[in-house]
Amino acid sequence: MKPGSSLFIDFEMKFKYEIEGGNFSKAGNASSAVKKILKQLNVPPSIIKKLVVALYEGEVNVVAHAWNGCIRVDIETDRIFVSIEDEGPGIPDIAQAMQEGFSTASQAVREMGFGAGMGLPNMKKNADVLDIRSDVGKGTVVEITTFLKKQE
Amino acid sequence: MRISELQAVLEGNVVCGEQFLTKEVRWGFASDLMSDVLTLDTDQLVLITGLNNLQTIRTAEMADIECVVFVRNKKVLPPMIAIAKEHEMVLIECRFSLFGAVTRLHEAGLKPVY
Repeated sequence: MKPGSSLFIDFEMKFKYEIEGGNFSKAGNASSAVKKILKQLNVPPSIIKKLVVALYEGEVNVVAHAWNGCIRVDIETDRIFVSIEDEGPGIPDIAQAMQEGFSTASQAVREMGFGAGMGLPNMKKNADVLDIRSDVGKGTVVEITTFLKKQE
Repeated sequence: MRISELQAVLEGNVVCGEQFLTKEVRWGFASDLMSDVLTLDTDQLVLITGLNNLQTIRTAEMADIECVVFVRNKKVLPPMIAIAKEHEMVLIECRFSLFGAVTRLHEAGLKPVY
């Protein structure tokens, strides 16, 4: 397919990745794998960047805050849908967590270059649709939708 | 400027990506906070940082950053090199402080993102 072609996917693909809470040496492995697949599918670089930045922020959040998690990626003809589901402490106040600068991150997370309360706002900026549901004491589900074609 | 010029200005040590030193870079961003780096949408960007861990390289990978400069004599670790090579990044170590490196790069023509 020629670079810059507008239609690049005519089938659906599903991928699943496990995430280990607290293991920063593996944080980003899933996002990296997804980026590689999207490049192979000839998805435009600007769309790939937005999606993987949002996904990577979400993956780091699971590593930083949760006990374990799972990323599911559905690549469809007109959109990429990502679900990041974790078992963890949950988010008591999602509106507060969405505010830039609000953070409950540990010192260890901050030493990794994260935990400044930028993750969720940056995910919102890079996702076409962002949906967050959380159950305190059980876990959180973050869903990212990125459209591959302009919406009418 | 070419990455080779950047290396000369910083008297830097190229840890990996020697074959990409002819690539052009225009913009510089200095930060130890990777969350800030991930907010950028700039091509031909050099990241200048003192944070030498795997997440620095992963952040550069996600943000399509092709050159990372490590200041304050911070040493690049072997797992970082493995990922950087896979993604054709240039990693450079230099002895200057963050401020010292940025000053030199700005004088040499590198522009701030904002």
